[in-house]
Formats: sequence, C-alpha cells, structure tokens
Amino acid sequence: MSNPQQLRYSKEHEWLSDVEDGVATVGITEHAANALGDVVFVQLPEVGDTVTAGETCGELESTKSVSDLYSPASGEITEINQDVVDDPALVNSAPFEGGWLFKVKISEVPDDLLSADEYAAFASGS
Amino acid sequence: MTEPPANRKTALDATHRALGATMTDFAGWDMPLRYGSEREEHLAVRSAAGLFDLSHMGEITVTGPQAGALLDYALVGNLSKLAVGRARYTMICDENGGILDDLIVYRLGQQDEPEYLVVANAANAQTVLDALVERQDGFGAEVRDDRDKYALIAVQGPAAAGILKQLTGFDVDGLRYYAGERDIVADKPALIARTGYTGEDGFELFVSPDDAVAVWEALMAAGKDAELVPCGLSCRDTLRLEAGMPLYGHELSTALTPFDAGLGRIVKFEKSTNEGRFVGRDALATAAERARTAPPRKLVGLIAEGRRVPRAGYPVVADGQVVGEVTSGAPSPTLGKPIAMAYVDAAHAEPGTKGVAVDIRGSHEPYEVVALPFYKRH
Repeated sequence: MSNPQQLRYSKEHEWLSDVEDGVATVGITEHAANALGDVVFVQLPEVGDTVTAGETCGELESTKSVSDLYSPASGEITEINQDVVDDPALVNSAPFEGGWLFKVKISEVPDDLLSADEYAAFASGS
Repeated sequence: MTEPPANRKTALDATHRALGATMTDFAGWDMPLRYGSEREEHLAVRSAAGLFDLSHMGEITVTGPQAGALLDYALVGNLSKLAVGRARYTMICDENGGILDDLIVYRLGQQDEPEYLVVANAANAQTVLDALVERQDGFGAEVRDDRDKYALIAVQGPAAAGILKQLTGFDVDGLRYYAGERDIVADKPALIARTGYTGEDGFELFVSPDDAVAVWEALMAAGKDAELVPCGLSCRDTLRLEAGMPLYGHELSTALTPFDAGLGRIVKFEKSTNEGRFVGRDALATAAERARTAPPRKLVGLIAEGRRVPRAGYPVVADGQVVGEVTSGAPSPTLGKPIAMAYVDAAHAEPGTKGVAVDIRGSHEPYEVVALPFYKRH
C-alpha cells in the first residue's frame, strides 16, 4: 500500500491534507482501515465542534472491534462526510479519497506529524 | 528473557499467505482472519459457498471395546448409542457440571470395532485430552491424541454439496446432516462429515496434513463457477452468531452448566452404560432442577435499533439496572443491524420484552429481545 506523499500522518493513523483557505481534510490511513476490517459505523464530530490534536473526536466500528478516532490537528469542524456516514465501507475502499471523514478549520497543527515515508516506517513496525 | 513459543501453523499456511490473508493468533495458531472483506466472505457462505481452514481444531480418537462406555462416562451424551456413521453435538463437564468444552463426536469404524473421533476446540483440546485420559481408568478403551494427524477443511454454503460432488464418487446427497463417513475426495482419503458452524448446509473434510493443499486447491477449482471464496475466522464468528451457535469462552465456560446455556437437552441422564453414572451427574441434576424451577439468567438474542455494535462484556440494562451481559456481538451482514447474544435475567428474557438496552460505552442503546437463532436457512 502507498501513502500519498502530499499528506501528513499521525501516530494514531489519521491523515491530514494540505491546508487550503485555513481548512484541512482528515481521514484514516489505508493501514488503519485494513487493520480494522470492514467498517460498519462511523461516529463523527458535528459541524461547529472544536477538536484538539491527539484527542478523541469520534469512533469507528468494525466487525471485530470499536476504535477511537483522534483528530490529527486542532480546530473547528466545518464539514463532515455524509457519504461515509451513510456508507462506512468507503473507509475501506477509498481511505485517502471518498472515505475522508471531516474537514477542520485549523487553529494548530502539531509539529510532530509524520511524512508519508516516516509514517510507512512507523506503521510497518506497529 | 525468553521468546514466547512461536505460533503453530497449519498445513495450509503458505496457501493462506499466497492468497493475501490477514493472519491472526487464535489459541496459539496462526489462522486466517480474512482474505479480503469479511462481510463479503460471510455473504458468500449464505448465498454460494465458502472454504475454511479449521486445522486448529483438536482431534482425539477413542477406540476399544468399551470406547462408547468411556464416552458415556466422560461426556454428557449417550455416545454408546450413536450409530456408526453418525455425529453428535455434546459437551464434557467437570464434577461441578461446569462446561470444559463443547464437542462434536463422530462414530466411525464398524459396529463391533468401536471407533470415535472427538473434535474439541483448539483452546481446549489439551484439557479435553487430559480429562479423557484421566477418566479412562478401568475402561477397555484407548484415548489417542490425533491433533497432528488431521488437517480440517470445511466447505460451507448452499453450493457446497454441488462442489464436493465434483471431487468424489461418494454419495454426497445420501449423507445426512450430522453424519460422517470415510471415503475419497480429490483422490485423497478423507472423513467426509456433513457438519459445520455457519448455519448453512456444508461439509467438514478431515484429511492428512500432507494432502491438505491438494484438497484445498481441488475444492477451489471445483468451486470456481459457484463462486466459492476462501473464508477466515472473522466471518466464521459472525456466521455462527447469526445461527445462534455458542462459542466456548463467550456463551460457554466452566462457570456455566449446559442447562445455564440453554442446552440442557444434550445432557442424557438415562445412559446405556455404567448404570447411568457420568462425570458431573449430580451437579447437573441440580442444575436441571434449577433451570426448571428458578432459572437464573437465560441466553437470548438482541437486535439493535441503532447502529452501534455491542461487544462481549457490555452490560445489558433495563430501568437503569444491570440485568445481563453481552457474550458475543457483531454487525450482522445478513440482517444489516448489530446483533448480540447475552445472558439476561429471566424477568427480561422473554422475546419482545420492552425497555431493554445495552450499555455501549456509557450510552444506553435500545435493543429488541428475540429468540435465537437470528438466521435459519430455508
């Protein structure tokens, strides 16, 4: 699997897109989606909620388990992906594209996010 | 520091890895969890057929003139009366009636040369073997550890019989549910059993580990048109859950008797041998009376109204009080909703009971109480 070079990654297996007009998109990595198995339910923060980098902001249910969703950056939620709420399998089939989770108006991005190559090394060791 | 012992690998290990399986540790074995989407594997078994490697299961052979009498004494069933070529679902209990394992026992061989194959769960196989050896004193019977002698391949689903028929001259249609006979599959000797753990028609094939790859590949080829897919343990768990079948460590444990688990019917007090004596008899008689007069918790099905999934150990609540505990839970691919099995106080265990919820990480999610199973094949 390949992690898109233009994204930044958290050690909780979320990705963060480039910031455009102050807003970035968040999702989970293909590595995380594969580890979860079929995702059947996503609970996302609501538009207007404030999220904090490294803190839980939702959850993902798969066949075998439930996992907390962490925000890779701090800010205010501006949009959630209703398609993924309606069809959680998008997280498995297109984790870096149609399976994105939410958009956040950035107040702070931690400086310890990983590059694609750093994340690949981290994920292969975890 | 010593390294933990490496997991055991089945004879099909390289086959699974070549298929891209996600492997998991299961009872000390490296087993395929899923090959792709476990939901699609599950639905394939319901609509067509799935192929499983179950070589982690523990086989124990019991032979000798008093093999049936030993099993009557050691297990809760009346195995001496089991006809040659038939199989029985049964359990082995301790002196207190607590369940050590649930088993399938196949009667093989000839009428006058008793031979039984006892199939135990991987995690309990050593316990079952030890108990049978301990209980065999005074019986003219031999207990043999055959765990390394068999690989176990299951083909399950409505298309299973059609697939198997392509690989054997054996009368597949003539084999009844819960029956098993030795014959040839894909030119290899096999015990062909019409048993399974999916709620579908299907077969379990006990073959030599040396023949496992050949039999697996022959089945995959024969099942191509029927859309047979390899299936991992993840979908096996959701299939058995929909079928209301208990899993040791979840619905069954040494803390419970077969009566507590709603399976008292498999305990046979009228046995053909040993003047009816068997391990756990007195405790089980008490448990039977308790189940009849003052049942403790009952095993029920729960179906979600919402989408959050109950997991083993979550409390079942009613009116803010804990009234039970989830033993298994998963999103049901067939029903499209989360389902669970749970032990619930008798007062809240009737199907249709209102006001029952599962405490899912602090939030009380409403659940409908239903009779098991969730799914029954047509």
